[in-house]
Amino acid sequence: MEIGLNHYLVLSTILFAIGLVGVMRRKNLLLLFFATEILLNSVNIAFAAISHYYGDLTGQMFAFFVIAIAASEVAVGLGLLIVWHKRHGNIDLDNMSTMRG
Amino acid sequence: MEMFLYIALFAPLVGSMFAALFSASPKTLIAGIVPSALLFISFLASSILLAYVLKTGGSIHVEMMTWMATGDLYIPFGFMVDQVSVTMMMVVTLVSTVVHVYAIGYMSHDKAFNRFFAWLSAFVFSMMILVMSDNFAGLFIGWEGVGLCSWGLIGFWYHKEVATWAANEAFIMNRIADLGMLIGIFLVYWNTGTLQYVEAFAAMPSLETDILTWMGIFLFIGAMGKSAQFPLHTWLADAMEGPTPVSALIHAATMVTAGVYLIVRANPLYDLIPHVGLFIASLGAFVALFAASMALVNRDMKRIIAYSTLSQLGYMFVAAGLGAYWVALFHLMAHAFFKALLFLGAGNVMHAMNDELDPFKMGGLSKVMKGTFIMMTIASVALAGIFPLAGFFSKDLILEVGFIQNHYIIYTVLLFTAGLTAFYSFRLVALIFHGEERYKLFGIDPHEAYKFMLVAMTPLLLLAIIAGSLKGTYFDMVTIVLPATQYHVHSAVVYWIMTIGTQLFVIGAIAFAYKKYALSEVKVPDGTSAMENSFGYKLLKNQYYIPQFYENYLVKPYRELSLAFWKEVDMKIVDATVDGIAKAIYNTGENTRDMQNGNLSTMLKWMVAGAVGLLSLAVVFGLAVKFSSEIEFFLSTLGVQ
Repeated sequence: MEIGLNHYLVLSTILFAIGLVGVMRRKNLLLLFFATEILLNSVNIAFAAISHYYGDLTGQMFAFFVIAIAASEVAVGLGLLIVWHKRHGNIDLDNMSTMRG
Repeated sequence: MEMFLYIALFAPLVGSMFAALFSASPKTLIAGIVPSALLFISFLASSILLAYVLKTGGSIHVEMMTWMATGDLYIPFGFMVDQVSVTMMMVVTLVSTVVHVYAIGYMSHDKAFNRFFAWLSAFVFSMMILVMSDNFAGLFIGWEGVGLCSWGLIGFWYHKEVATWAANEAFIMNRIADLGMLIGIFLVYWNTGTLQYVEAFAAMPSLETDILTWMGIFLFIGAMGKSAQFPLHTWLADAMEGPTPVSALIHAATMVTAGVYLIVRANPLYDLIPHVGLFIASLGAFVALFAASMALVNRDMKRIIAYSTLSQLGYMFVAAGLGAYWVALFHLMAHAFFKALLFLGAGNVMHAMNDELDPFKMGGLSKVMKGTFIMMTIASVALAGIFPLAGFFSKDLILEVGFIQNHYIIYTVLLFTAGLTAFYSFRLVALIFHGEERYKLFGIDPHEAYKFMLVAMTPLLLLAIIAGSLKGTYFDMVTIVLPATQYHVHSAVVYWIMTIGTQLFVIGAIAFAYKKYALSEVKVPDGTSAMENSFGYKLLKNQYYIPQFYENYLVKPYRELSLAFWKEVDMKIVDATVDGIAKAIYNTGENTRDMQNGNLSTMLKWMVAGAVGLLSLAVVFGLAVKFSSEIEFFLSTLGVQ
């Protein structure tokens, strides 16, 4: 059986779903970052696969951009996370409600 | 000449504005003198216009500016001085000048002296607009303006409950009639396409009689309200709560005659519909008798004079309804002079008696108030129609009009009313000025009014005496615009019998009044005598129970209906809907604020929910577009377009 575009898209969808569930369910900020990464990478897979399918490099270039932005985002995010942990001694989402409406 | 027209029209407005400047400050004499002087100027300008109209026989017509011009509708602020309006202008400016000067004395102890003159001059301005306008729209503005000023002046002493009540009653009654008037004006516009008198009346002969009848009826309803004809008459007697100069100017001489003026002005219309005219005349005759009968037993000096005004307005409507427009206008003029004089005299008496209104508590005042006594007696003689005073010429003429046109019932009613008029007028004079000095029982020390007040009244006195001799000149003048029908009884014998008979009848009534009330044994009634307990007396005393009828069968049901509407419709439907919308929004906010609890996890969940929602919408719409033809087919089978 040859692995075609559909397989990649299915994989991408499954990963996206896993990421979405993670975003919704996880209370640990670190794991939330993981879930976000899964979301981004699922999209990257789709980009790369479709790009290859059409023979157009734009999608792959876009995937690189996403990776770069994800890396800087994680860098900033982890920095904030460490500062938060130093101050409060935990990284539980339920305690981060100072912006309550 | 245009300049004089503008001076005559706007001088009262300037006076009113001037007095209004001081309306909140304590009494300043200048606020009374300046409006009076300006009114005198207005009177002079009117006289010049009268001289011009008399000399040339023409009229002056100016168009100050365009007021409304949309499509076919064109209404200018146009003013016209013709033979009819100049007569009214003379009456209005003369009586109001006299009343203004008189009021400087009469109101001198009143705290709201300045406000009084602001209102009074504003009234004169509105009245001038009413009589000088050359179209129905301007007439209506003046009509409403005098209504407003009348409201302000009846309720002048607004701290008195009865005064504000009377003011509102007058205003509301007039609103009812004004609706009729407005419908009449709309009918005129719809059918003739214009509101200018000249053009509208020129277009009327070609219209159907039905339409003209409705026009005539609705315009007359307006006149009925302003002139207090039955059944809208109750406000006039209650309007006597206002200061006496107001009663003299507004509720005797000028405003209440506006209805007669309207009929006279619309004479080309009423000439085309004699059946409406006959109705007007019949109603007028009825009101003449009806009002005179109520005046017979009343114990309020001002109300007696008010009923007499009502009765005389009835006479005027008889003349106007029978097509004798110049006679109606002539009686209007003569009546304005002697009735204003009578009211001002009553004002003097009221001042002397510390605002006591019951003539039974007076008596013998002729000794202390000689000037007022003479004036009121002459005014009453003129009102009764004794030769050679004003009333003889104008009132007997109305009787003759009725007789010549073979309306013998109207004639008889009016003749009988003439006797009643003489009786109640002299009952009043006898009770006030003759007999025993009953006021001593009540510890009142009467005094004559200021000299200048009496001097101010003399022009009216002179006119009440000599107005009859102006008849020839007046006839030649107004018949240029009004139908010039001479009313002469054909046979000289019948004429003399009628005239002398009427005179004897009236004199007899006067003598009877004196015999009954001028003697010393008249006592203050205490409600025990047989006459006071008779049914007729009670009926008349209670004004035929008409005010009670209105109160019980119109005002009360209306109030109940309003209450019901307020509680059932307004509170339960209108308010409930508005409150419901507000509550729904408030509850939505209350219930959804949990979404914003600041918890990142919850917010992320909502974000996902939103994304899913939008995605599913996109899918649904995408599918709908894709299968639109199928959906349409499916809907059409269900019968939906």
